[in-house]
Amino acid sequence: MHSIFRYVPVVVALLIAAPAAADVKIAFIDPLSGGAATTGILAQKTHQFYIDAINAAGGINGEKIELISFDNKVNPQESLIQLKKALDEGARYVVQGNGSSIAHAITDAVLKYNERNPGKEVVFLNYAAVDPALTNEKCNFWHFRFDADADMKMAAMTDVIAKDSKVKKVYLINQDYSFGKAVAVAATKMLAEKRPDIKIVGDELHPLQKVQDFSPYVAKIKASGADTVITGNWSNDMVLLVKAGKDAGLKVKWETFYGGSPGTVTAIGEAGVDTLKQVTEWHKNATPDLDPTVAAFMKRYPGKENEYAYYRAKAMWDMFAAAAKKAGSNDPVKVAKALEGMKMPTPVGEVEMRADNHQLLQPLYVSTLSKNTKYDVEDSGLGWKSDAKVDAKATALPTTCKMQRPT
Amino acid sequence: MLELATVSLLNGIVYGLLLFMLTSGLTLIFSMMGVLNFAHASVFMVGAYLSYQFARWVGFWPALVIAPLACGLIGAAIERYGLRHVHKSGHVAEILFTFGLAYLIEELVTMIWGRNAVANSVPAVIDFPLFSLFGSSFPAYKGLMMAISIAMFVFLYVALKRTRIGLVIQAALTHPQMVGALGHDVPGIFVLVFAVGSALAGLAGVIGGFMLLTQPTLANAIGPIVFVVVVIGGLGSLGGALIASMLIGILQTFAVAIDYSLLDALRAAGIAVTRASPLYDFYSIKVATAAPIVPYVLLVLMLIVRPRGLMGKRDV
Repeated sequence: MHSIFRYVPVVVALLIAAPAAADVKIAFIDPLSGGAATTGILAQKTHQFYIDAINAAGGINGEKIELISFDNKVNPQESLIQLKKALDEGARYVVQGNGSSIAHAITDAVLKYNERNPGKEVVFLNYAAVDPALTNEKCNFWHFRFDADADMKMAAMTDVIAKDSKVKKVYLINQDYSFGKAVAVAATKMLAEKRPDIKIVGDELHPLQKVQDFSPYVAKIKASGADTVITGNWSNDMVLLVKAGKDAGLKVKWETFYGGSPGTVTAIGEAGVDTLKQVTEWHKNATPDLDPTVAAFMKRYPGKENEYAYYRAKAMWDMFAAAAKKAGSNDPVKVAKALEGMKMPTPVGEVEMRADNHQLLQPLYVSTLSKNTKYDVEDSGLGWKSDAKVDAKATALPTTCKMQRPT
Repeated sequence: MLELATVSLLNGIVYGLLLFMLTSGLTLIFSMMGVLNFAHASVFMVGAYLSYQFARWVGFWPALVIAPLACGLIGAAIERYGLRHVHKSGHVAEILFTFGLAYLIEELVTMIWGRNAVANSVPAVIDFPLFSLFGSSFPAYKGLMMAISIAMFVFLYVALKRTRIGLVIQAALTHPQMVGALGHDVPGIFVLVFAVGSALAGLAGVIGGFMLLTQPTLANAIGPIVFVVVVIGGLGSLGGALIASMLIGILQTFAVAIDYSLLDALRAAGIAVTRASPLYDFYSIKVATAAPIVPYVLLVLMLIVRPRGLMGKRDV
């Protein structure tokens, strides 16, 4: 009868003692279940990996970072509930990336919260939501973006297209929401400026992550006579699109943002060689040798499931740690001020956090799926080969942001 | 124009037959047992995964046989050790049981094969263009899928309407006590029906896995459309399911090809619409953009006009 109750004091002591070790709480709000969980969980592992490295090196200003995860099911309303929970648990930094619609909801909520709770400010670190509005008309002091926005990526993509005289007819196919529309608008505008002779033979919007069979769309692309397809599709929409194209024997160049989406290379296989292109801040063959942190990540998380994809997370956490050190404090307002205008050398070149709109400037690579590359992806034997590199400075675009800073 | 229409028609038929493959097993189970099986799409997914796994071990053709058989065994076990006990508590309990089962299967699949899509690529033997139509190739595996789908329909139709066992099965649904009194093993018949229905789902999974993505969300992705087909066709009607599948497949495919919007129709009719007009955004949606909601619009219309579906014998 002396049952387990005699352990109660011990357990209580442990419970009280355990959280004291983690001092800076960072909330990670992204899909951890459902269709988009693949990307969410991969990002979670990547952030955890770099945070562990910071902690192993002594943390920031002597404090350890703790990443606490919240599942938002890629739903803006759910994200706000999770954000509330995160704030209640004492998080002063929020990390999110999957879905611009969600980033909009979070950046609005953070702005309001900070106005109402002076002294308890929260900073939003956005690692993947690329709607240009977030650093333009909707920008605010608390939001920092570490991924190039849709316009910056499109500028890099169209620069390469402009030099290819074989491109005559372009078909746009995108997801029917803010980001997909932004891609279509940017593509139309930039192609008209850089190559007025190119004809846009189709401008398609399809529902987000709902289409199972892209054959009808491929038939339309075929009928339009397009030689190049531009798409901002990601996840299943990307994979199924190229799969249907391969089945129908469609001969086009795929100009994509997310040709590296998990499963895409596996789905298109050899048919994607020399035809599948992507615009990213990094790929495995961007530098002659693999970044040691990427190699360490691959060792810690082996398998196709964990194909490394978020190189920008490295820049993000390096800059975060450096900003905290420069500020001499882990207070979000001071860290945010230190982040503004910060420059940081990286293996791919210098990156800079723009002070005027909080958009990270980093080099961009346009790459093509190729055989015989040094490092392959998804154990496919195929890998990305750089066509062009745009330096960080050259990716900068004018901004309409009118930032209001805390005094 | 003719070119796009022909290719679209072909695509529509292919998609329609895929839908029929998905729904035939569900229709069988519903019409013979009265059980609306929410885990049907999950068994389909298991079929896709098993065929991927067996194909790696023993090759594609054996997998084409083994995977459906394995799904049939899984189905038999579900009926024998699960549904049979729940059956006493009525239809709501059955539906809840299969609903929960769907979640369970999804988690199991995630644990075994992981969250990402597996490389379920088309085996070399059926990975070649069967023929070419206006420059678009038609892959052989889609031809195989069409053949299997039609064979499924014929098999089910003949088995149910033209054989003695079909008669006994139909009788067991309406008069289980009587059929039992005549010396037939009624629980055994239910196990058989559920097993065959699951095997058909598994077979559909083997082929469907090539067209769709073999990942844990597969069941969720196709679950809704399967029920739309069954409801439009008429719950429990095999012929209805075939017609509804083809209807949805072809309508949806053609809708994608139509780049006109309500705006164009209004303007053609001489009605001036400008950006300032109310509902302008709604009018300017192209039919192509709205294509994927076509099945659901049909579903709502059907439930309003004819709740029993095209060829159903009883209301939903």
